[in-house]
Amino acid sequence: MLIKGLKALLLGAAAAIALSGAASAGTLTIESWRNDDAQIWKDKIIPAFEKAHPDIKIEFTPTAPKEYNAALNAKLEGGTAGDIITCRPFDASLELFNKGFLVPLNDLSTMGNFSDVARSAWTTDDGKTTFCVPMASVIHGFIYNKDIFKELGLTEPRTEEEFFAVLEKIKANGAYVPLVLGTNDQWEAATMGFQNIGPNYWKGEEGRKALIAGTGRLTDPAYVSTFATLAKWAPYLGDGFKAQTYPDSQNLFGLGKGAIYAAGSWDISTFRAQKVNMGAFKPPLPAGAAECYISDHTDIGIGMNAKTKNPGDAKVFLEWIGSEEFANILGNELPGFFPLSNAKVTLSDDVAQTFVNWRAECKSTIRNSYQILSRGTPNLENEMWNVSAQVINGAMTPDAAARQLQDGLAKWYAPQQK
Amino acid sequence: MRKPLSAFAVHAILGLYTLLALFPIVLVVMNSFKARRAIFNTPLHPPSPANFDPVGYARVFGDSSLAFYYLNSITVTAGAIILTLLFGAMAAWALTEYKFRWNTLLALFLSIGIMVPIRLGSVAIIQLVAELNLINTLTALILVYTAQNLPLAIFILSEFIAQIPKDLREAARCDGLSEYNIFFHVILPLIRPAMATVAVFTMIPVWNDLWFPLLLAPAGGRQTITLGVQQFLGQYITDWNAVLAALSTAIVPVLLLYVIFSRQLIRGLTSGAVK
Amino acid sequence: MPQGAYLRLLLFFLGPAVLVYTLFSIYPLLATILNSFYSRQSDGSHLWAGLGNFHTLLLDPTWSGPFWNALKNNVIFFLIHMSVQNPIGLLLAALLSLPRLRFRATYRTLIFMPTMLSVVVIGFVWQLILSPLWGIARMFLNFFGLGFLFAPWLGVESSALITVSLISVWQFVGIPMILIYTALLAIPDELIDAATVDGLNQFQAFMWVKLPLIWPTIGLVSILTFVNNFNAFDLIYAMKGALAGPNFSTDIMGTLFYRTFFGNQLQLGNPAMGSAIATMMLIIILIGVMAYLFLVQRRIQRYSF
Repeated sequence: MLIKGLKALLLGAAAAIALSGAASAGTLTIESWRNDDAQIWKDKIIPAFEKAHPDIKIEFTPTAPKEYNAALNAKLEGGTAGDIITCRPFDASLELFNKGFLVPLNDLSTMGNFSDVARSAWTTDDGKTTFCVPMASVIHGFIYNKDIFKELGLTEPRTEEEFFAVLEKIKANGAYVPLVLGTNDQWEAATMGFQNIGPNYWKGEEGRKALIAGTGRLTDPAYVSTFATLAKWAPYLGDGFKAQTYPDSQNLFGLGKGAIYAAGSWDISTFRAQKVNMGAFKPPLPAGAAECYISDHTDIGIGMNAKTKNPGDAKVFLEWIGSEEFANILGNELPGFFPLSNAKVTLSDDVAQTFVNWRAECKSTIRNSYQILSRGTPNLENEMWNVSAQVINGAMTPDAAARQLQDGLAKWYAPQQK
Repeated sequence: MRKPLSAFAVHAILGLYTLLALFPIVLVVMNSFKARRAIFNTPLHPPSPANFDPVGYARVFGDSSLAFYYLNSITVTAGAIILTLLFGAMAAWALTEYKFRWNTLLALFLSIGIMVPIRLGSVAIIQLVAELNLINTLTALILVYTAQNLPLAIFILSEFIAQIPKDLREAARCDGLSEYNIFFHVILPLIRPAMATVAVFTMIPVWNDLWFPLLLAPAGGRQTITLGVQQFLGQYITDWNAVLAALSTAIVPVLLLYVIFSRQLIRGLTSGAVK
Repeated sequence: MPQGAYLRLLLFFLGPAVLVYTLFSIYPLLATILNSFYSRQSDGSHLWAGLGNFHTLLLDPTWSGPFWNALKNNVIFFLIHMSVQNPIGLLLAALLSLPRLRFRATYRTLIFMPTMLSVVVIGFVWQLILSPLWGIARMFLNFFGLGFLFAPWLGVESSALITVSLISVWQFVGIPMILIYTALLAIPDELIDAATVDGLNQFQAFMWVKLPLIWPTIGLVSILTFVNNFNAFDLIYAMKGALAGPNFSTDIMGTLFYRTFFGNQLQLGNPAMGSAIATMMLIIILIGVMAYLFLVQRRIQRYSF
């Protein structure tokens, strides 16, 4: 009796497995960490591609950002990753290329649509081979709630002095959280804090390249001052900001409870969905600074899994990613991701347009931990997350933070050991 | 329980702890039916006509894949339980009944898995599953979970089989039943309570596991409900209506099943764990 | 029975279990251990490193700092479970096993509920409750006039690990409760009756008659707690991410292993060092289990009915 039941169940289970195992041929799956954008991919981007290429089916299968690298590496090692790989910039993807998981894409016809700067994030150190199609960059700055600014009679601050004066006024009013940022997830502190305002201190590319060359030190006044300014944010952050997660921050500002949001431009679409009446201002200038710098970070590219069973179709898709059509869809459907293509794209979102306008006013740079400097142990990016959060939490002095970063880097990076 | 005061104290402690255990669950389920503003401003109020808003559920069930994810989870969990019980009982029987040369050594070998988490071998498992062409299949998950749960199953079932009176088996042998028939027709029915215990211990971690679905079957509609909800949460993280509805969707069916079967489970646990 | 038939019999009964278990459990673990003796070059080839990885892990301050920190945190995590989860489990089990208790099944079922839920769900729910944004925890404290006690516990270095541990305790208290409860039920009534006849009250009967009889179960619960705690990962990962902040104050062996093996944002995965950490975890767990088997279990007189 029992054995019969077991048998029937086993057979049933086997049948269910067999049924669920049938996958259609000619499908390309995309690995990505942009789970926030899944809906846009499904509703806008993929249909646009499939309209022109009805024989190729695309499936967008994102993993949450914090799992993406681990899951992707494991799947690549196991030979089970999707056909199309969304590429993190610089070393993470370079490593994948060196291991043979990504293929050279120099021969893509649309690769000519990208400048050397745009390609640099996904090109070998010798500059010869590009292995991902550059997709978008993201810009840091501050997004503010226009209604609150109007209610309190505030204007966009241009200098740090004005910035803190504005924060002080919002705080004095008491109805809103002056500055929205949490340190629970740590990366917010480093990315929306340190990398956001820092370029004005270390003079963008000049400072970044000096670190790589070994002529600049992370203990230089520029970095200590950046941390010192970050430390001054604490009194204006939300109550309990130490346990505030990134989604908490998004909700705080999205619900209209916060006045200023330390931003990445990619947050625009989140707040659009929540109907926030918003504007944006660039990182305010520190005292004595004449020129402004912004973090315009090459953030996202797209490459091909070397083991794809469908390289022909995959290349067709990647060519399309390099096209003007895609640049237009991306720039307008995902405001805040700025296409890296040379194609002329008109942005319909005014806040996104505000961010892009800064490119003409200020000098652009990328995040200083991304190229070369996070190749060793301890990992510079991890260290930046850790110390930036601690500095804002008041658990570490700016000097100690800078010292820890420099000591960690000097441990393995030869140019910093001289 | 002679003095009413002490009875009161006992109920007070148990009642308070029950509240503590239930409060977070109730809070989430309750708020999942409320409008966004109400969730934030009056989180402790129960849903009422004034603040009722099922928009979160509309979003969750608008994502039609979640139903399939349930089916996947049920398939994987049932598959793993069946294989664990069948293979585990067979091995436990052989280990307790037949005294062959490597018996003790084999029993020891099989118990390593109780102590050591299989997760530490993840990368080799991925490679193995890839070589067997089982990536993105539920079969891979069933096999891994079976391997993971077999040691404890064999351990519990062995202890139980050892308790079965020798006369019973000898009588069966005298009746001319083959060893196979003795196992399937005499032993298996006798160890059903212990099998219930094993089923519970197998079911909870398998249903709730996030790790192996993430690595072995992360896409292509083969996601389990735990992974599906995790992916859904990632996608709608700022939409608390959707988040709370998704969490409730993950919680409620499990708890309903649990309440329905809890009597059997506990009976299995109590008769299984005793010796 | 003829030799051939006997072998076939053994093969039939043992074959499937041994095969699946060896293939999907033992082999991967051995592969991991083996991996820890190699270092991987940037081109993907392997190089024999002997004990080099372990030398690095234990003696190079860049690696040993995080390692000892994770181990220390893991020990604290375990001690909190031992000193909070298991006593509460024991207390609940003792109350539940009282004779003539009303609503016994209801209490038992409800208290066990959190254990049934996924750690992902639990982590998320508690993060919401403790979140300063939602403010549930604060409302509660305010209600009792204790609002000043509220702090962002999960985000403060001194309290984050304790908070995470207590959430884990909340979820898993059902397991010691059920195991001890079943052991208590198994104690023959005559023993208790004899004790009460001797003039012991219920508390004394529990302490002097029941408790000694369930020591083996408490030992089992302890070793299960130990093994589970040193395998823990999901909850901390779900609530604090792979960098287990603030300042690695919630980093335990599982998160350290994950981060090292699979990498993080810009940190590349290092399978060799990851395997070395996994092997250390294995050794720690084995030492614990052995210590239990040889030191503790031997001294406990097994009660047989």
